[in-house]
Amino acid sequence: MSQTASHSAHVAHHFADAEQQRESAKLGMWIFLLTEILLFGGLFCAYAIYRAWYPQMFYNAHKALDVTLGGINTVVLITSSVTMALAIRSMQQDKRRATIINLALTLVLAGVFLVIKFFEYRHKFHLGQLPGMYYTYTGIKGSNPHIFFSVYFMMTGLHGFHVIGGMAMISWLLIRTARGEFSSAYYTPVEMTGLYWHLVDMIWIFLFPLLYLIG
Amino acid sequence: MDNALPLHNYLNEPRGLKSWLFTHDHKRIGIMYLWAILAAFALGGTFALLIRFELLRPGPDIMTAETYNKMFTLHGAIMVFLFIIPSVPAALGNFILPLMIGAKDVAFPRLNLASWYIYVTGAILALYSIISGAVDTGWTFYTPYSTQTTTHVISMTFAVFILGFSSIFTGLNFIVTVHKLRAPGMTWFKMPLMVWALYATAVIQVLATPVLGITLVLLIFERLFHIGIFDPAMGGDPVLYQHFFWFYSHPAVYIMILPGMGIISELIATFSRKTIFGYRFVAFSSIAIALIGFFVWGHHMFVAGQSEAAAMVFSALTFLVAIPSAVKVFNWMTTLYKGQISFDTPMLYALWFMCTFTIGGLTGIFLGALSVDVHLHDTYFVVAHFHYVMMGGAVMAMLGGLHYWWPKMFGRMYNETLGRIAAVLIFIGFNLTFFPQFILGAQGMPRRYFDYVPEFTSLHRLSTYGSWVMATGFICMAISLFSAFRRGRIAGNNPWGALSLEWTTTSPPPVENFAETPIITHGPHDYDQIIVPSTLAGR
Repeated sequence: MSQTASHSAHVAHHFADAEQQRESAKLGMWIFLLTEILLFGGLFCAYAIYRAWYPQMFYNAHKALDVTLGGINTVVLITSSVTMALAIRSMQQDKRRATIINLALTLVLAGVFLVIKFFEYRHKFHLGQLPGMYYTYTGIKGSNPHIFFSVYFMMTGLHGFHVIGGMAMISWLLIRTARGEFSSAYYTPVEMTGLYWHLVDMIWIFLFPLLYLIG
Repeated sequence: MDNALPLHNYLNEPRGLKSWLFTHDHKRIGIMYLWAILAAFALGGTFALLIRFELLRPGPDIMTAETYNKMFTLHGAIMVFLFIIPSVPAALGNFILPLMIGAKDVAFPRLNLASWYIYVTGAILALYSIISGAVDTGWTFYTPYSTQTTTHVISMTFAVFILGFSSIFTGLNFIVTVHKLRAPGMTWFKMPLMVWALYATAVIQVLATPVLGITLVLLIFERLFHIGIFDPAMGGDPVLYQHFFWFYSHPAVYIMILPGMGIISELIATFSRKTIFGYRFVAFSSIAIALIGFFVWGHHMFVAGQSEAAAMVFSALTFLVAIPSAVKVFNWMTTLYKGQISFDTPMLYALWFMCTFTIGGLTGIFLGALSVDVHLHDTYFVVAHFHYVMMGGAVMAMLGGLHYWWPKMFGRMYNETLGRIAAVLIFIGFNLTFFPQFILGAQGMPRRYFDYVPEFTSLHRLSTYGSWVMATGFICMAISLFSAFRRGRIAGNNPWGALSLEWTTTSPPPVENFAETPIITHGPHDYDQIIVPSTLAGR
């Protein structure tokens, strides 16, 4: 029967065929990404409210952020999305070596992003540009500048946490790819991680102008 | 007919504790959820009985005011997050959803098991908070009090944060399962209404829960690092917390009631032997409730300082929810009309639901009206209202469903006589407990108060006596259900003569659910065209 043929090793028993399994995984992943957007949604909402309440303070406070480093990080993340997409493309063409190289590049770029972010954070810790009651910096005019840094650290912190999660997943993909578990017939985990990684990238693309480029 | 359980079924194949703890079978995960939520219900119920006992007389009796604050917080938090939210979807739904659509399992069985472990982790953390000193903020964790109290807010809110993931994973799994795993011929409009309800619930679980997640993260950071986002002294906004909280928690009441409505649709059709009246209306009303439910959260904050314009819009939107809810109730009534009604235990709960939910729903309209709410806000009227919806609605439906599918889960019948006695006791006890609270609230008794003026004594007494009647009912119910294991009659495949797919397989079902993938040719409630005999001797 045709069913036994399509019911190869990586199709779970409760699916009729590989196509149904892949479609299910895709839908499930998109729904998960939706929950991620709503998770960040709360912070975007808080941002909108406090920026509307304290427009001048937000403008003054944003100058404390380093646009150059933020810009470099934006380029780094976008590039990592490209390498992630290339990794998926390579797997579709059964090019295992190219997949490994592209996944490794994505991992390195994610690491670079975090290192740059670390230096940005360290600089702010040093100056006392910290959230809430730990805010000791005096160089920003306007009311409640600590709120800006609360929002900044919550948003970039949650995003950074997602970058770390993505790195864990990409490392796991690297191991599985090296073991030869994926092929053009089955690469769903690579594709799903790719979707997640693009979302993490997308969120940064919103964070960067909202926090660094207030006009 | 058959006088033995099927030799091979999901309960005994394979055997051993380990085979349960590592199972991917949706039926076993559903049963594991069931024991967990019943334990949570017993714990939350005990807190409720203690609260009612304390309120038997004015003044302190068995606890201090501080203990009382912890009691109602724990009662609320446990009942909401550990019991009602997972009760129908994760326990009954997990068991029944794939069976109803002719699937072998949910789309992501490992994720399903993970959701159970996440639930247990959250539950253990919640228990830890209770033992280590409890929480006294109320289940809503409102700021600024929740950022100042010395009780264990962080561990409790973190527990709720974790529990949120289990809810999201269940919802995600159900959406994909309904979209992708329906058996051949199971079109959207051939799905049982229970499936529609679970689907609508899953949409809310997925869209609302993450917002609660980020809210609780912000609250935890507020407590740990004083980030000031919810602190007016630092330029933050405590009302923002309420907006965030209710953006989840209002849709969450539909997470609690919608699956119950799904159960009622099944019970009403099965036990009146009639096609459900207006199938599409009932189906789409579930979706409508899920969608409108996202835009009414502001009605919890009419007196919290939101703008009058916003309050008016929220009030109008709140009235809109009444429409799809009423569509359901009227359609169930019309289904009953000229039906061959039989009063088995599940049907009794369905009828209770129609009485108590309607009272709960109508009093919700009172509270959604701006001027009335100013008078009734934070009184016992609100307490009575949401207990009529949550307990009179969600819990009654859940109990009906539990009795209805109990023979499918375990292959044996509960004790019908005792089951009916329990149902009657629970109904009387419930109304005796909560109806006086409407009057108390209208007369000005504030909620969450430890003490009261002597004029309220007789109504408070009635309420406490009611809680004892209800407790007796629950004990009878437990005896009736558990007697099934020892001397319950063999149910056979289809004790109720019902038409949906789960009744075509054995009770308990085999591991793979169906011997062959079923092909669907008729609707789930076509009782006026098809007569299926009951497999239960003497029925």
